[in-house]
Amino acid sequence: MNSPISTALPSVAASPHAKEFSSVSTVMLKVMLALAPATLCGFWYFGWPAISLWLLTVASALAGEAACLVLMKKLVRPALLDGSALLTGWLLAMSLPPWAPWWIGVVGGLFATVVGKQAFGGLGCNLFNPAMVARVALLVSFPVVMTAWVGPSGQSASPGLVESLSITFGGSIPDAYTSATLLGQAKTELSRGVTLLQTFAQGLPVSFSGQRPGSMGETGIVLLAAGGLALLAMRIISWHIPLAMLLGIAIPALIGHAVNPARYLDAGAHLLSGAAVLGAFFIATDYVTSPSSRAGQLVFGAGCGFLTWVIRSYGGYPEGVAFAVLLMNALAPAIDRLCQPRIYGRDWRGNPIKLNKEK
Amino acid sequence: MIGILSLSFLGLFLGLLLGYAAKVFAVEADSVAVELAEMMPGTNCGQCGLAGCTAAAEALVRGEAPATVCPGGGVALAQAIAAKLGIALSLDGLEDPGPQVATVAEEICIGCGKCLKGCATDAIVGAAKQIHGVLDEACTGCGGCMDLCPTGAIVLRPLPQQLKDWNWAKPAFA
Amino acid sequence: MGFLDKITGVSWGVHPHDDHKRPAADVPLRVMPIPATLCVPLLQHVGAPAKPVVAVGDKVLRGQLLASAQGNVSAPVHAPTSGVVTAIGPVIAPHPSGLPFDAITIACDGEDQALPASEMPDPLSLAPDEVTRQIAAAGIVGLGGATFPSAPKAQLGRKHAVETLIINGGECEPYLSSDDCVMRARAVEVVDGIRILMHATGAASALVGIEDNKPEAIAAMRAAAKSFDAIRICPVPARYPMGSDRQLVEVLTGKQVPAGARTATVGVLVNNVSTCAAIHRALRHGESLYRRIVTVNGGAVMDPGNVLAPIGVMVEDLLAFVGLKETPARLVMGGPMMGAALPHALVPTVKGCGGILALSAAEIAKPEPSPCIRCGSCVSACPMGLLPLEIAARVKAGDYDGADAQKLDDCLACGCCAYVCPSHLPLVHAFYHAKGELWKRAQQKKRNEFTKGLAQARTARLEREARERAEAAARRKAERAAQQAAQAAAAAE
Repeated sequence: MNSPISTALPSVAASPHAKEFSSVSTVMLKVMLALAPATLCGFWYFGWPAISLWLLTVASALAGEAACLVLMKKLVRPALLDGSALLTGWLLAMSLPPWAPWWIGVVGGLFATVVGKQAFGGLGCNLFNPAMVARVALLVSFPVVMTAWVGPSGQSASPGLVESLSITFGGSIPDAYTSATLLGQAKTELSRGVTLLQTFAQGLPVSFSGQRPGSMGETGIVLLAAGGLALLAMRIISWHIPLAMLLGIAIPALIGHAVNPARYLDAGAHLLSGAAVLGAFFIATDYVTSPSSRAGQLVFGAGCGFLTWVIRSYGGYPEGVAFAVLLMNALAPAIDRLCQPRIYGRDWRGNPIKLNKEK
Repeated sequence: MIGILSLSFLGLFLGLLLGYAAKVFAVEADSVAVELAEMMPGTNCGQCGLAGCTAAAEALVRGEAPATVCPGGGVALAQAIAAKLGIALSLDGLEDPGPQVATVAEEICIGCGKCLKGCATDAIVGAAKQIHGVLDEACTGCGGCMDLCPTGAIVLRPLPQQLKDWNWAKPAFA
Repeated sequence: MGFLDKITGVSWGVHPHDDHKRPAADVPLRVMPIPATLCVPLLQHVGAPAKPVVAVGDKVLRGQLLASAQGNVSAPVHAPTSGVVTAIGPVIAPHPSGLPFDAITIACDGEDQALPASEMPDPLSLAPDEVTRQIAAAGIVGLGGATFPSAPKAQLGRKHAVETLIINGGECEPYLSSDDCVMRARAVEVVDGIRILMHATGAASALVGIEDNKPEAIAAMRAAAKSFDAIRICPVPARYPMGSDRQLVEVLTGKQVPAGARTATVGVLVNNVSTCAAIHRALRHGESLYRRIVTVNGGAVMDPGNVLAPIGVMVEDLLAFVGLKETPARLVMGGPMMGAALPHALVPTVKGCGGILALSAAEIAKPEPSPCIRCGSCVSACPMGLLPLEIAARVKAGDYDGADAQKLDDCLACGCCAYVCPSHLPLVHAFYHAKGELWKRAQQKKRNEFTKGLAQARTARLEREARERAEAAARRKAERAAQQAAQAAAAAE
């Protein structure tokens, strides 16, 4: 009776004994792939300063993560290789002014992973989207630098490599390059008492090609949307959050613009400017900080969209995606509690369903 | 002036509110003790060193006894008590041998019958001058009989593990 | 499930891209020769274990009763071949714990002598109660894996006046094809078994749900059921866990079974196709449930396929019959999604065992768990609409009551959540553990209440005895006092 199979004890484990091929790093890798075309487009538009800023931000995010892991005596390699810190830095870089000085990227990258993520306990434990935490911290602390935008190379001569390094590491952007974003321009002019109709008498500077001032996540709008659709197709994200968020911006914008076109931008301008698309597909959909049930995701997305519109229209800052996402992040646990899916054989309250006795 | 007044008023109001809340939401210690006593084995075996289960429950409420006070109740009872009192439970140092029962070593038992009279749950059967046996399902494993036995014939042994009682160990999460 | 499901079909569950069913499913059925020894376990069903009616040393014949049912929910076991009973006692159970359970060991004589056949009356002309009695006597239990005894189930169906039988030909577990094999090779028997079961339960119609990845089985069953209008063959989408009774009932009837209730409450009764074939064999040919078709599959198996094997055959003998290419890294009884890992190959098969898998190291490879990223894959996959990540977070924190409040009870342990989890978390393991802890606590509570009752009874008895003693003492004292008074009075006179 003592054949090899009875003496060599096989491994015992709980079911299931099969596993789909997927891992955290493959998920992160797919998101990065979806983000890559828009990023390359941003590099093309904004040249060397954008590339060096992106590299600095990503490197700082990774360094911050690694330093925390070492301090907490956790394994560094697997946590760094899962790609989450890289993606955080990447998303942050997408939301920064592309010609921002080097220390913006370094402070932001470190803040994102150290304060935004590891302080909460690392991957899966953070309440707020780390990239947006860092962006908001930077925006509040350094408002001038964080709102110094430049037009893409199509509008102004692209700087050479040496000039680029002086932009990133030297300090300031030559005045010849600076320019305002659509949302910034609208806010500034409205605050001076100039109506939108006068400001944009020549038509809105909105285009799908993205040839206008803004962050990297603002300009390559078509490629960002394509990346988002690719994420949907790969089933990395579901349609609930992006659709709800875009509708959450578009519907109030439509109503506002219909009521008072001199005061409110139209839906197209809202959707195509700022981080609306980046936010809807890549930022609000962050797994860790969004609700996990479908109904909750609809509520969450709609909240992000609506708050974005409210902040853009009434707030002190021209752009509101980061604030809106953070506010909704804070509500996500509550939404998850209130929007639990109906369990099979139970009603919405969780009691067993009652059968209407026919006989 | 307005500031001082409004702050004083606020302080007064909140103070009253707190005082009111403390009255309304006060937890009656007695009722908790009664509930705890109901959770206990109720055999008054005295293994905890206190005068019976009610005394142990009262000691728990006063915070004088740890949640692991009752050896008979095992880890399950300790967890229930900790949950009831809302206190952190430290299982360090408490080795849970699982449910235990007493057994009488037949070759040593002299049939004196002292254990019979002492058993809190009448779990020991037999008669004087005869070897005694323990009913597994009625024995709480309190060990009270061990002290009564003049010949040391009674020992505690863990209940043999059965297929239906087996459980997966808690898995390691990341 | 959302409204979109009405358009797009079921959204729950998983769809393994390679179900590993073929080529094993296409290999013709093989019959395993009788091995040297068999161990027939006494508890192969839900309910009370069977009680042995033979003794060590007895000679038994094929089909002879070895142990009879005990109580309402129980089932007898029968000898799979002729031989001598050599032991009645513990053998290692086909269970991950490696703990023993009781079984009757038979040294087979190789002659495979059967009990003399008796004349079987047409079951469709018998009273339903008699049909149910015969089903019970044949030891038939649900062969899909749940192993609920079929006779009490049929009685339950009659009590609830079920209208429809749902016949489960889903067989959604990867690797397994024993039900597929039964439907292909024994479609006529399955259909006749369905008719007998309809007669026994009083159901007017039967819906046979077969996953659409089994076209041969669908064709064979359609041909066999052609002349019976009441039996309808319904192809269902191949999606795990379609073979779970609750999911199949919803797909076929649109009704959800209330939580904690049996399917009979919504007017249906679910039975497996293999059970129906076993009912046919028992009531038409007098063949008790002592053998069944078992799929032997997995990367370590040389010639995977379906084998007609006696119940109680050692897994080792079964694997030796199909041959092994390599030393298996894990042995599993059942499918890869819900099956139980075996401690080793020296365990017997049971009635509910539809498959034995000898998996290679590559097949069970599972990376180390990483933190939950709350991606919600498990929520989308859960066929019950639970939130596996929330339950797991509570189990991780040791908060079993919290897990219970998240309706851990409704979990089928189907494994979809753990299958899709990108963080490779041991979700099902955690749920098993938490269910076990909750059960243990409930048992402990029951035991506590029982012993508390004993203690109170003892206290009451001691008090009564003390009172009686005191009363007796008082009486004696009074009597003595009266006597003394009388003596004093007499002396005074």
